[in-house]
Amino acid sequence: MHRFIRQRAIASLISLMLLVVAVFFLSRLTGDPAALYLPVEASEEMRQQFREVHGLNDPVLVQFGRYVSDLAQLNFGDSIRKARPAFEIVIEAFWWTLQLALITMALVTAAAIVLGSLAAFRAGGLFDRLATVSSLIGASAPDFWVAIVAIVVFSVGLGWVPTSGTGTLAHWILPIAVLFIRPFGLIVQVVRGAMITALSSAYVKTARAKGVKSQAIIFVHALRNAMLPVITVIGDQAAALLNGAVVIETIFGFPGVGKLMIDSILQRDFNVVLAAIMVTAMAIFLMNLLIDLAYSLLDPRIRH
Amino acid sequence: MTQIDVIPDEPKALIRFARMLWADKFALAAALFLCLIFVLALIGPWLLDAAAQKQNLRGRNAPPFDWERGWIWILGADALGRPLLARIVVASQNTMTVAAGAVLGSAVIGTVLGLVAGYAGKRTGLVIMRLADVIMSFPSLLLAVVVLYILGPSVLNLVVVLAITRIPVYLRTTRAEVMEIRERMFVQAAKVMGASSPRIIFRHILPVVLPTLMTIATLDFAFVMLAESALSFLGIGIQPPEITWGLMIAQGRQYLTTAWWLSFWPGLAIILTTLSLNLLSSWMRIALDPTQRWRLEMRASKNEVKP
Amino acid sequence: MTRFLDVRDLSVDFHTVTGTVHAVRNVSFYLDRGETLAILGESGSGKSVSSSAIMDLIDMPPGKITSGEIWFDGQDLLRMPASARREINGRRIAMIFQDPLSHLNPVYSVGWQIEEALTAHGADRATAKAEALRLVRRVGIPDPETSLQKYPHEFSGGQRQRLMIAMALALRPDLLIADEPTTALDVTVQAEVLALLKELQLETGMGVLIITHDLGVVAEIADRVAVMNGGAVVETGATHEVYRNPQHPYTARLIAAAPGKGEMHPEQPRREPVLSVRKVRKQFGQFTAVEDVSFDLMEGETLAIVGESGSGKSTVAKMLLRLEEPSGGQALWKGRDLFAMPPAELFKLRRDLQMVFQDPTQSLNPRMTVWQLITEAWVIHPEILPRDRWKARVAELLLQVGLKPEMASRYPHQFSGGQRQRIAIARALALEPKLIICDEAVSALDVSVQAQVIALLDDLRKRLGISYVFIAHDLPVVRDFADQVMVMQKGRVVELGPVAQVFDAPRAAYTQRLLAAGLDPDPDVQAERRKARLALA
Repeated sequence: MHRFIRQRAIASLISLMLLVVAVFFLSRLTGDPAALYLPVEASEEMRQQFREVHGLNDPVLVQFGRYVSDLAQLNFGDSIRKARPAFEIVIEAFWWTLQLALITMALVTAAAIVLGSLAAFRAGGLFDRLATVSSLIGASAPDFWVAIVAIVVFSVGLGWVPTSGTGTLAHWILPIAVLFIRPFGLIVQVVRGAMITALSSAYVKTARAKGVKSQAIIFVHALRNAMLPVITVIGDQAAALLNGAVVIETIFGFPGVGKLMIDSILQRDFNVVLAAIMVTAMAIFLMNLLIDLAYSLLDPRIRH
Repeated sequence: MTQIDVIPDEPKALIRFARMLWADKFALAAALFLCLIFVLALIGPWLLDAAAQKQNLRGRNAPPFDWERGWIWILGADALGRPLLARIVVASQNTMTVAAGAVLGSAVIGTVLGLVAGYAGKRTGLVIMRLADVIMSFPSLLLAVVVLYILGPSVLNLVVVLAITRIPVYLRTTRAEVMEIRERMFVQAAKVMGASSPRIIFRHILPVVLPTLMTIATLDFAFVMLAESALSFLGIGIQPPEITWGLMIAQGRQYLTTAWWLSFWPGLAIILTTLSLNLLSSWMRIALDPTQRWRLEMRASKNEVKP
Repeated sequence: MTRFLDVRDLSVDFHTVTGTVHAVRNVSFYLDRGETLAILGESGSGKSVSSSAIMDLIDMPPGKITSGEIWFDGQDLLRMPASARREINGRRIAMIFQDPLSHLNPVYSVGWQIEEALTAHGADRATAKAEALRLVRRVGIPDPETSLQKYPHEFSGGQRQRLMIAMALALRPDLLIADEPTTALDVTVQAEVLALLKELQLETGMGVLIITHDLGVVAEIADRVAVMNGGAVVETGATHEVYRNPQHPYTARLIAAAPGKGEMHPEQPRREPVLSVRKVRKQFGQFTAVEDVSFDLMEGETLAIVGESGSGKSTVAKMLLRLEEPSGGQALWKGRDLFAMPPAELFKLRRDLQMVFQDPTQSLNPRMTVWQLITEAWVIHPEILPRDRWKARVAELLLQVGLKPEMASRYPHQFSGGQRQRIAIARALALEPKLIICDEAVSALDVSVQAQVIALLDDLRKRLGISYVFIAHDLPVVRDFADQVMVMQKGRVVELGPVAQVFDAPRAAYTQRLLAAGLDPDPDVQAERRKARLALA
């Protein structure tokens, strides 16, 4: 197990390094921050001075060398926009995203497993068809559209929940509800498919020959086997949420890492972009490890 | 001989698929709707471009279902008084071109890389997989901004951005399937005959992977459409005066409380199209799988008994 | 008189694409307490469907029971509510299956699964635990305490079947249904499992309904036999009677087709060998799969390599074709070493050496027509045949293997198992090979089909002078077909000699055990063997 974690860590580290290099150079292709932060009428000296302060004057390779050596001392640099350490800004934003992702995925997983299993048990029945079609609609909906329609209906029209921002519990309701829809639609489909396969397997036949009750066959024998493919999809969806739900965070004014990322990219705040990428990559790496751990807990065949 | 010598020849593939499609009414409706969208995307702009561009200041934010103005105003008009129906039809071309181009590009590149990664030695496979990991974790938003900043916001460039981000989907699936199929007996049999690697890959392995890839591509078409509309919504995709459905939603957003239809109709167009694609994909998953196909064929033959 | 189990007039239909299949038609049989009834039939005879009906395991739809009664201990099972049938399953009627690996739940420990058989019918956990330990010990699993914590994949095939038996017998059922319980097992393991079943039957007095395609299993274990063909019972009677005096032509054909009865090939004078294998070795990491294998093969000769699973016999075949790279040794084909050959030369040689695989369903590409499958040989090696003669040659090859030329446009799934193996043979012949390696080429086929394919191979040998390396676990088939027999165990050759010597006067103790464990279709011969086996043990 230790060897496995180490191998995975090395592979992820290589990917992360390649990623940082790519982002470092590509992000500088989006243009000169000086043109963005200084007024249009600013003189060339002022621009030079701005670049000097933020270390943008040197050749790109020199900048990269400096960045790497800073990084080796765990210094992620400062944000141009907010003049604070980039790492601090990212961690604050990431905390918001993490909460949002965890709550959403917990709800999605629980609901999808129950609904998917029930649909699979009477495959082809009325409930199955309803579940299938509604989950397909969920998986097809453009979330930003759902979000703005929801705002019109529930915030503006009915006035039940605030339109955007954070602060109270009510602020969480719409973002979670909108984020819920697509992963839920996808995972219900996967649960249903995996359960149908599991329920038609030979070991379920054995359980029936043993006289095991239907509920135990579904939730004890079939479900644990069906969870194996489901977990992979849950992991993918959770990773997408950890990367920050850019559009939803933007619409609801939610200060998560996705909104931070798009703002920083558009504002050419390179250090924040890089820090955000590294933090989310680490989080996704850890989550993938947890997924593998869950996998090996569920399936004795892959325990080494 | 004791076996049955005469086995009835199967009906032609096309007829078979038509019957299986007929058996699943949801999938049938989806296929018909997609055909409609396809035709609109093809000839729509040619028919309605003038109408979609013409501003009409008296008809600003005209509400939908107003029969007096004529059929083209049936969905209402936008902030400049341009009929929404015409604009949706015209926008369908860009939306579909971007999605189709991105899916085609990523599917071809991803599949070829996946075939190589699955069939070639361990080292090549590892390098390709690392590359896929990097693409997967690369923020597609940044890529979009970089490409659009350097190359300018055009349909082609958006296709490139989306295609790159979707390559890993095909790459991973193909590789996993190839690694399983290459161990199958008929591949071994081909090796024993002396078949070359390209022959084994393209003649023996690819045809087996293809149905899975087609199913994924259909699903991904929906995903890419949503991604494109999200990018356009954020303002880093297609730029006006070009239009896509996603852009129309963004443009209508500021009038949400006064004229909901501006954003609602293009959103509905997206939902219906992606839903159709999803329905078709789940039908394909069954229809293209020889071990699952009977479910649809059973239904088809039952339909015949009691019309 | 009321029988303990009485199946009357049972019919089961399945709705499929091509229409309704009458899988079981008006089948009747009975079974008394303590008795063993075998239902004998080939694939598609409906033998498993009738037993599934007793256990309520038929999926409805697509299945449907259209007529009949199943009386069990005075009650008609088919007219009972589902909950009452669930009570009977496991408690009074239990079942074991062909492939224990897929029939055991992979993610739960075997101890848990055996306990569940008890707790599902009301036992408390502590009792169930103690009982599971006793059962596992009783069926002869080594180290029972720790074994209960293990998972199905950690056991061998024979042990898994023993665990299935332990699970089935947990509540001392009155009736055990065994659906092909030993089909996937090695001969020596098969004999042990059947002996265990017999012992347990004597202990508990249960009735046993055994479903099998193997006359040998019937001869070994059954008191009476019901022969099924095409969904109907064609004959029933005492095992001995049916074998000696079959009434139905189908039964007679089945008995006649059983291999291992004909003349053995006489020993041939040694000539210059075409293939000469010397000290071949294969390592997989630390594990030695094949060690020090040497043999000579002459033109038109058949060498059979016999052994149980894990003996390394298939690895030898794969190395000869360079599907696996050998770790050492030589294989001289007409004087040139196959193992040291550069790719270009090997490519030319592929024509001479061909292979026929175990399962034609898997060895034929499902998306290619018969025409494409056969002509692929000439696409790859264009020098064999000019394109304008392909059509005539495909027709000729199909006739040669007993198929019709007009079948060339069909896909493999439109053929039966035996026909598919003929296609695979035609494909091999298209390259005009000098040596064909058959890796368990007839093991997946029904007995009657097996005989036809063997006859075809023998005929090709006589007419075309092809040599065979024939890999098999089934001794009777080898006896009829081979010139030389090589017996392998754990990667090593334990015996190599002419067929008559190996079968009539085996020298190695392992060969003797293997022969004694084999099941003969003749109940009398089988009774003798049982005695011999006990003496060896």
